[in-house]
Amino acid sequence: MQSEALTGGFTDPAVQSAHAFRRMMEAMARPGTLHEISGAEPPAPLSRAAAVVLLTLCDTDTPVYLAGAMDCTAVRNWLAFHTGAPLTGPSRCMFAVGTWPDLGPLSAYPIGTSEYPDRSATLIVECPELDASGATLTGPGIKDAAALSLPEIEAFQSNRTLFPLGLDFIFTNGRRLAALPRTTEVS
Amino acid sequence: MSAYNFAYLDEQTKRMIRRAILKGLAIPGYQVPFASREMPMPYGWGTGGVQVSAAVLTPEDTFKVIDQGSDDTTNAVSIRTFFERTAGVETTTTTSDASVIQTRHRIPEEPLQEGQILVYQVPIPEPLRFLEPRESETRKMHSLEEYGLMHVKLYEDISCHGHIATAYAYPVKVEGRYVMDPSPIPKFDNPKLGDMAAIQLFGAGREQRIYALPPYTEVVSLDFEDHPFEASKAEHACSLCGAEDSYLDEVIIDDAGGRMFVCSDSDYCESRQAAGHKGKDAA
Repeated sequence: MQSEALTGGFTDPAVQSAHAFRRMMEAMARPGTLHEISGAEPPAPLSRAAAVVLLTLCDTDTPVYLAGAMDCTAVRNWLAFHTGAPLTGPSRCMFAVGTWPDLGPLSAYPIGTSEYPDRSATLIVECPELDASGATLTGPGIKDAAALSLPEIEAFQSNRTLFPLGLDFIFTNGRRLAALPRTTEVS
Repeated sequence: MSAYNFAYLDEQTKRMIRRAILKGLAIPGYQVPFASREMPMPYGWGTGGVQVSAAVLTPEDTFKVIDQGSDDTTNAVSIRTFFERTAGVETTTTTSDASVIQTRHRIPEEPLQEGQILVYQVPIPEPLRFLEPRESETRKMHSLEEYGLMHVKLYEDISCHGHIATAYAYPVKVEGRYVMDPSPIPKFDNPKLGDMAAIQLFGAGREQRIYALPPYTEVVSLDFEDHPFEASKAEHACSLCGAEDSYLDEVIIDDAGGRMFVCSDSDYCESRQAAGHKGKDAA
């Protein structure tokens, strides 16, 4: 294992993860809002924001799927050392990380069951850009309407039709993060 | 302070609770199972709310706890002290100064703002539990959206009492999908649940469930066209501050049937009195 896998985690886990979680919770509760999170220095191609999300939410109880270019030795070792999360394929994961093209098709991920809709995957989507423009979002958590630069629209519309089942998304870019739960209407 | 991890719980427990909170926000009104821990207080004293608060608090937060609206009761004082000692957070009794408010059975009178978080202590999270004791069945009923039984219960209220007599823990439907128990808040508070600017989180420790309402979520109290929902309160003004729009507690003051009505929200009542409002029994 290279020594870079041993660095770049939280230096003060309790406080840093508390700050990160609050921003992630605000993002999930208010779809389309942008938040900055920091505290991790991960190996490429993992962004800082995606790394903080993984450090805050993942441990040995959460199977993680590394999609496409994300599935490299550097990221595998870093994630293993800092979270201990087991790696798995898309069909059994709780969290998946990757770019939008690498993550597809969405039908591969667990969407929960009608009795346990919470047993669904959360996809962490690494985006080349992330800002408050593009697709229009409405639904719970949004007062009137919000805007977010989504990689596409149709996939999120069909995900919405699965409610209460479905996938939840966290979009990351550098230190930035936004979220899109299954309840949001996208147009 | 240094004897505890920040906010008492270990990090793995907090991650588990945080994952449950995020799924709860993504599926408003659905009860997410979580592995509730033993807390240094008995079940029924807010162990669910305490665990949710511990998972969301940051050192910069200002924390308020109310029990039936009051900042001064044993439950509120002990939970406030618990987080002062284990998280080192500032505490307050002023609603507008608080960033996280843990509550037992009330929503503060003062409207909450964006950035605030309201954490409810929930004894029985399952609204159908007293109608159907089996968890396997209630889970199936939620999955099939089979809520006829709840309407039958409200109808029985009408046939027995002439009106819907359910006065607290009044069932609501969230975003047209899940029927949810808003915890034993008086039905007076039900209209505040929907379209609230703050995030609402519900924690049931003994029953091991977390659920949530994101801001600006549609929450409808169940009713009938000919018996519409009505938010009720005692037909009095507060004896201390004169408020006519707040939820009132009835207090017995002597052995001769004497009684007074006072705001259940102690902060609301005190700030009104400080602003010069006076009720009929004000000193």
